Amino acid sequence: MQFSSFAEFIDMGGYGFYVWLSFGMATLLLVLLVMNSLVSNKQVKQRIAKQQARQEKLKRAAKQQAQLSQSS
Amino acid sequence: MWKWLHPYANPEITYHFTGKLTPWFTWLSIILLAIGLTWALLFAPADYQQGESFRIFYIHVPAAILSMSIYVGMAIAAFSGLVWQLKLADASAAALAPVGAVFTAIALITGAAWGKPMWGTWWIWDARLTSELILLFLYLGVIALHNAFEDKALAGKAAGILAIVGVINIPIIKYSVEWWNTLHQGATVSKFGKPAMSADMYWPFLFCFFGFAFFVAAVTCLRFKTEILSRNSMRPWVKALVKEEIK
Repeated sequence: MQFSSFAEFIDMGGYGFYVWLSFGMATLLLVLLVMNSLVSNKQVKQRIAKQQARQEKLKRAAKQQAQLSQSS
Repeated sequence: MWKWLHPYANPEITYHFTGKLTPWFTWLSIILLAIGLTWALLFAPADYQQGESFRIFYIHVPAAILSMSIYVGMAIAAFSGLVWQLKLADASAAALAPVGAVFTAIALITGAAWGKPMWGTWWIWDARLTSELILLFLYLGVIALHNAFEDKALAGKAAGILAIVGVINIPIIKYSVEWWNTLHQGATVSKFGKPAMSADMYWPFLFCFFGFAFFVAAVTCLRFKTEILSRNSMRPWVKALVKEEIK
């Protein structure tokens, strides 16, 4: 352990601001990247599901129409 | 070898294979980064000249090395996409670009935060810094081109050409500290030969570097899977898979 107290650890020998700025910005950017990757994965799946639901609906409607025209 | 590689041109097989790899990369990254960053922040010795500010090194250097390696990987993928018309290669290049852009940004920001106390300035237009900034713009250009076309084959072609032309920037970044007089110091770590640093600094660096490398692998796998799904949305296997997961 290089630091004898928590305050000393935060201070980083006077370079605290720069060290924590670096670690903070790096963490922020990495978290944003992970979140963006997870969200876009979910969005793509939802888009595909929606597309699929619409296609099934169209198919069902077409079938119904065919049945109606047959019975009349 | 072609026989062995051939199944991986099939998006479904590749999707499931990537899905199997992702948790391994994720856990390796978490473990290595937990050890590496704790070691770097608490136990690694301070530099005799730079004091505690040297701890920025453990993010800055892995991020800078990875920003270049990711670019080379992306360019190789783009090249195989252009030459052999591999759709999956284009998808992997599209998955890599945002990851590389983030690591380039981290290298630039941590570099600025390290430069301020050491050189007395956040930014200077010297060769190393400027060429790394150009790398960021190349990444942004590649991302923009991937998103600019509805037709993904066309987008892959356009982005691929930019990615390949941009490779010229990589040796410029790497050797900029030798070719020109710059504020930036020379390489501390090299792949070949002994590192120019003591073991109690080198080991935490290795943990951080491989931790970030596996982070790149994990995030790229996730984005690659998204790209595969998005580009094959009309295939029956994708429909079945999405139906299963969305429920």
